[in-house]
Amino acid sequence: MDSLNSYLIISAVLFTLGLYGVMTRRNGIAILMGIELILNSANLNFIAFNRFGGMEKLDGHIFSIFVMVLAAAEAVVALAIIINLFKNLDTVNIDNADTLKG
Amino acid sequence: MNILTLAFIVLFLPLASFFFQIFFGKRIGRNAHWFSLIAIGITLGIAISFVANIFLGIQGPMLEVSGEWFTTGDFTVNLGFYIDNVAAIMMLVVAIISFLVHLYSTEYLRDDIRYTRYFGYLGLFTFSMNGIVLADSLIMMYVFWELVGLSSYLLIGHWFEKDSAANANKKAFLTNRVGDIGMFIGIMILFFQLGTFNIQGLAEGVYFGGFDGNMTLLAIAGVLVFMGAVGKSAQFPLHIWLPDAMEGPTPVSALIHAATMVAAGVYMTVRIFPILPPSALEVIAVVGGITAIFAAIIAITQTDIKRVLAYSTVSQLGYMIMALGVGAYQAGFFHLVTHAMFKGCLFLASGSVIHAMHHGLHKINDHHTDPQDMRNMGGMKSKLPITYWTMLVATLAISGVPLFSGFLSKDAILAGTLAYFNTHHGWTIFLPIAGFGAAIITAFYMFRLIFLTFHNEPKKPEIYEHLHESPMAMTTPLVILSILSFAFIFTLPHLNPIHSEGWFTHNVPMVENVGLDIKSVKEEIDHAHGSAMTISLIVASLGIALSFLFYYFRKVNVKKLTTTLDKVGLYRLSLNKFYIDEIYDALIYRPFLWLTKMISHIDWDLFDQKFIDGWGWLTLKASEGSGYSDYNWLDQKVVDGFGKLTKFFGRKFRLAQTGVIQNYLMGGVVGIILIFVIIQSF
Repeated sequence: MDSLNSYLIISAVLFTLGLYGVMTRRNGIAILMGIELILNSANLNFIAFNRFGGMEKLDGHIFSIFVMVLAAAEAVVALAIIINLFKNLDTVNIDNADTLKG
Repeated sequence: MNILTLAFIVLFLPLASFFFQIFFGKRIGRNAHWFSLIAIGITLGIAISFVANIFLGIQGPMLEVSGEWFTTGDFTVNLGFYIDNVAAIMMLVVAIISFLVHLYSTEYLRDDIRYTRYFGYLGLFTFSMNGIVLADSLIMMYVFWELVGLSSYLLIGHWFEKDSAANANKKAFLTNRVGDIGMFIGIMILFFQLGTFNIQGLAEGVYFGGFDGNMTLLAIAGVLVFMGAVGKSAQFPLHIWLPDAMEGPTPVSALIHAATMVAAGVYMTVRIFPILPPSALEVIAVVGGITAIFAAIIAITQTDIKRVLAYSTVSQLGYMIMALGVGAYQAGFFHLVTHAMFKGCLFLASGSVIHAMHHGLHKINDHHTDPQDMRNMGGMKSKLPITYWTMLVATLAISGVPLFSGFLSKDAILAGTLAYFNTHHGWTIFLPIAGFGAAIITAFYMFRLIFLTFHNEPKKPEIYEHLHESPMAMTTPLVILSILSFAFIFTLPHLNPIHSEGWFTHNVPMVENVGLDIKSVKEEIDHAHGSAMTISLIVASLGIALSFLFYYFRKVNVKKLTTTLDKVGLYRLSLNKFYIDEIYDALIYRPFLWLTKMISHIDWDLFDQKFIDGWGWLTLKASEGSGYSDYNWLDQKVVDGFGKLTKFFGRKFRLAQTGVIQNYLMGGVVGIILIFVIIQSF
């Protein structure tokens, strides 16, 4: 399995799993984990296209490193939000975070 | 000083007097009349010098100048002076009467509140009248013609607090306007045919075929211009204003409504005489004849002393006009001059009587008795001797008694009418009949006036006791004018009392006329002179004798006679002035009011209320309809419909807004997948 397609299939599986997690979970941490899966599927795509797309430079790699940085930052912010959520509502279920709803 | 300067002084000095009285008179007070007296006195001096010039034997006009007034396009209007013998004599007449009236008024209006204004208006009148006399063109004459109308209006309305005076001056002004419109149209016809307003120029134009033998048009133009004289000289049927004009102060009646302004119509006709064709002269003669007899008949029954004189004036003006109509040019102008003197004297004498009556009434605190009604007078001969004798002289003159001026001029006119009948025959018998008829009636009613006023016992003894003769300033003019009513004044150097041969006839020769053979007319008149004189002597003595019988000896019961005559309506006809005013009221005034009422009815009730307001109603209804449809359909249905639709969709779509992020994400994912499917399917 040394072709682009196999990578893309794995990336698509990862993306779908992530999306499924984001859309179905009620737990904030689980949603965050789904997002991480989606980001990583994107990273895999960047690497794969860089490898099989015939590009001489390391553009895809650099992009994936940026995405990782972004993911780290996102995790920091998201976890902070979830911690505050928990502190205020004693739960991490995002369905309960509806105090702004009119 | 040359004649032109003198002419300017004559014209503008009275105007200066007018401005002086208007601007400074009030401040100076009663003594302001000295300025007017001196100004008119100088005018009189110059007028005398002009007439004296005549005797130097100068041929042709003394002064003939003309200057441009204004030009618009090809249309040039000139103003100028033209002084010939006729103008000089007329100017002297105006100046004499005006000066004497000024003098007389200083006493007659002594306590009047508008004393200086009165003198100012007299000045304005004298200015305007001199303008007419000096005018060399019809347009200039027309301008001053309107100015005399204005000053007449102002002076009739001098006591405008009285309704009758305020109405009389309006009536005078409006009636004159009727004639003046005709005059203006006539002037314009002459101008467009001959291209000039200048009277001498018009005569030349007519003689050299300016009308291309179109005598009908010339006659129409002549009659139209003559219409101005009908208005101003109070000829039938526009005479109605003159008796009412007696509402003015009596000296004004003497100056304007007896001697000068009303004679302006005659003077104007004298001026245009050379261009009047026979058919126009025929009209003029008939108008004059009707006026002469008709006004005389009215004068018989009037009881107001001034109204008798007013109708007498109308009648005498009719004589002058008739004289011009029959071609007796010289006689017409002669009668103008003699009439100015004796009628001026009669009016001033009647003013003296009224003045005395007024004072008498004032003494006994009677404010209801009419001081002008002859039925309240009688026996005043001994109380007012100067007034009586001067008035008697003037009465003898107007009645046509030999030795007095009226005899000569009236005789000449009657000779003219007889001569006209002798050459024309047929209906023209009317003219001598009117002339002699008016002569007998004139003698009758003038002596009736004298007897009722001065003779027999006084009818109101309580007033009579307080009567006294008027002061010097009033009697002097009477004496002067009565002297001027003697025949010898006009026949110098001859002293023949029954023949008019003298300086006047020498210096006012017959003029050429476009249609008449003046030489044969003159011969005919000379021929008719003897018989005319005989008949006129008979009729004058008949009239005077009848008057003696009726009012002096009272052999005839006047009351009984009037009731008998009234059985056929004759007395009432005369007393009510032939109902002319009523006829005008019924024929003109009331139909006119009715017409204006109808028009106002159509305008207001139909046009305004129905048509204009109809548009309003229509607009109101249309706007109501459009408002209804706008609100109920457009607003309620369409505009609100959009609102409701939005609300409806909003309510429906609100359900999609769950607030659950995963649902939105679901929507996004489904959307992306759909987009992919759609893209793939293409």
